[in-house]
Amino acid sequence: MSKLTVVEGSYAVAHAVKVCRPDVIPAYPITPQTHIVEELSQFAANGEIGACEYITVESEFSAISVLIGASAAGARTYSATTSQGLALMHEVLFNASGMRLPLVMTVANRAMSAPLSIWNDHQDSIAQRDVGWIQLYAEDPQETADMTPQAYKICEDSKIMLPAMACFDGFILTHVYEPVVLLEQDLTDEFLPPFAPEHILDPSNPKTFGAFADPSIYTEFRYMQELGMSAALKKIETVADEFNEIYGRYYGGLIDGYYLDDAEIVLVAMGSVIGTIKDVIDELRAGGKKVGLLKIRSFRPFPTDAIRDAVKNAAIIVPLDKSISIGKYEGALCTEIKASLYNTRIDIPVLGYIFGHGGRDIPPERIKKIVSEAEKAIVSGITIESSYADLQEELL
Amino acid sequence: MNKTTELFAPGHRGCAGCCDALAAKFMLKAVGENCIVVTPTGCLEVFSTPFPESAWNVPWIHSLFENTAAVASGVEAALKALGRKNDTKILAIGGDGATIDIGIRGLSGAFERGHDFTYVCVDNEAYMNTGVQRSGGTPFAATTTTTPAGKASFGNLRPKKNMPQIMIAHGSPYVATTSVAYPKDMMRKVKKATEITGPTYVHVHAPCTTGWGFDGSKTIELGRLAVQTALWPMMEIENGEITGVHKIRNKRPVGEYLKAQKRFKHLFSIPEGAEIIKKIQELADWNADQYDL
Repeated sequence: MSKLTVVEGSYAVAHAVKVCRPDVIPAYPITPQTHIVEELSQFAANGEIGACEYITVESEFSAISVLIGASAAGARTYSATTSQGLALMHEVLFNASGMRLPLVMTVANRAMSAPLSIWNDHQDSIAQRDVGWIQLYAEDPQETADMTPQAYKICEDSKIMLPAMACFDGFILTHVYEPVVLLEQDLTDEFLPPFAPEHILDPSNPKTFGAFADPSIYTEFRYMQELGMSAALKKIETVADEFNEIYGRYYGGLIDGYYLDDAEIVLVAMGSVIGTIKDVIDELRAGGKKVGLLKIRSFRPFPTDAIRDAVKNAAIIVPLDKSISIGKYEGALCTEIKASLYNTRIDIPVLGYIFGHGGRDIPPERIKKIVSEAEKAIVSGITIESSYADLQEELL
Repeated sequence: MNKTTELFAPGHRGCAGCCDALAAKFMLKAVGENCIVVTPTGCLEVFSTPFPESAWNVPWIHSLFENTAAVASGVEAALKALGRKNDTKILAIGGDGATIDIGIRGLSGAFERGHDFTYVCVDNEAYMNTGVQRSGGTPFAATTTTTPAGKASFGNLRPKKNMPQIMIAHGSPYVATTSVAYPKDMMRKVKKATEITGPTYVHVHAPCTTGWGFDGSKTIELGRLAVQTALWPMMEIENGEITGVHKIRNKRPVGEYLKAQKRFKHLFSIPEGAEIIKKIQELADWNADQYDL
């Protein structure tokens, strides 16, 4: 039985990074990511991360650029960021995936300015949907910590070679103190082999990284990224199983279900709100309501087939989003779930809710209200496809 | 590997008389094969690496336009962490736009952090790859496609940003200015820069046949005129002190330099041209006096 220790979520993640034996960590502080990089700097100062180069860069733009240079030179790399910092990296995120560099970065999810908000939602990473990075979302500090070696193992696979962001909710998970199992070094060494890329910057075998492509070849490079993502669909599942075998913990692969098999109302969500939803489901199930949860762990690659299979017997699907596409008035899960069901024989109404933006609390009552509205919609049909669940209209 | 002894191979797609190609070829001759080159997006990158071709017989990486120094930082950090740094030199080669303008934040950060690498700015004084637009390196009164001359303008209104001074202010152990027109001087300085531990900076003046408007056979001639008129002083600054200055034997008037280029052609026809040429001569005279050229 592994020992539980009460630590802050950020510490659990930093410790997980340490046991993955990174070679280069560039860090730029931004709330609420700071505790992760502070803990890592202390590990480095204590000489606990081997020869790792910890670099205090002058911006997130340089943090991600350092990762590119270091990874191309053969290093296992790590950084963490959030919100504005992730947005500042935007251009470089495309570049990292296009160059097929298996960077791993933790994203402490936070709202986007303006108005300025340091609190949690998923707008920052969702806005990076199309940059070609694997995007995984964790429910609690333990899952986030465990996702770190999993992410390395997934993206360093020679058939994948794509960067990954492991996302967890800012403050709610970064700053919470919870009992966790700190990842054991020996188990991690068993689980995660050293990074040994086929192509590196090496004067004894000179190679060109980052050539430009004219219209005769550009499309093929992009499609090969898509193939890498497709390979990740399977790898995310097998890595979750391998992790379970070695560490004895499992959170699902691409998705996870909670009371899903016979659920009439299927709530769909990512991140820390999963815990609240599970509590609500326990209560509602005790009252005989057939409510279940589809937890999305992998947003990119998007597990279309797994989702179709998981929801096919539902009476209504209710995506709950901490992001919004302004001008479509929908969250990302809502849009993508609907798209996944089109062109299939599955004809189930989808009722989307957007909530918890800029750190607004999501109490169990709000979930219950959503469930009761979904029950009504099963009978009377959907009138509004998507809306804010926690809008204070009196403030408008 | 290409079948050539050149580390920067011929057969690339640079213009005849291209300053970037000259710079890359001679710099690599000086530094040798045990190096890793980082370049930004730009002419040099585009004409040397149209997939699947590459002119680079050394490991080479291009990421983006404005992150060259940060990518070089990452390469250096990785080599150190992996125990592979040894004598391997890391050479970043950026144009004036990538260095002076859009990449200055990352460059400043990398120098402040003290990474062991050499950054070379090959300065052809405008955004040539996009079609000759003004940069912070464009000299006073030059026309570019975004600072054209007209009834209300004589071209670029601002003087060239003094990038070497900015790098000196970072406490770099070695900052040098040189020119592609003096390949031996350039090779010596770049080699010296790579042999000094810490972040070192070499600013190479580089006449662009296309952007400046002169025949491709005159690149060296133009580069020499810039030095001989004292518009481009060549020197070495070690730990903040000037330790070497290239002396001018036969000082030439700036008019000779200006007249040889289309980008200054308007100065010889507009009414205020003579006054502007006089101001440019004053800049050259100030250089000659200040640095005892």
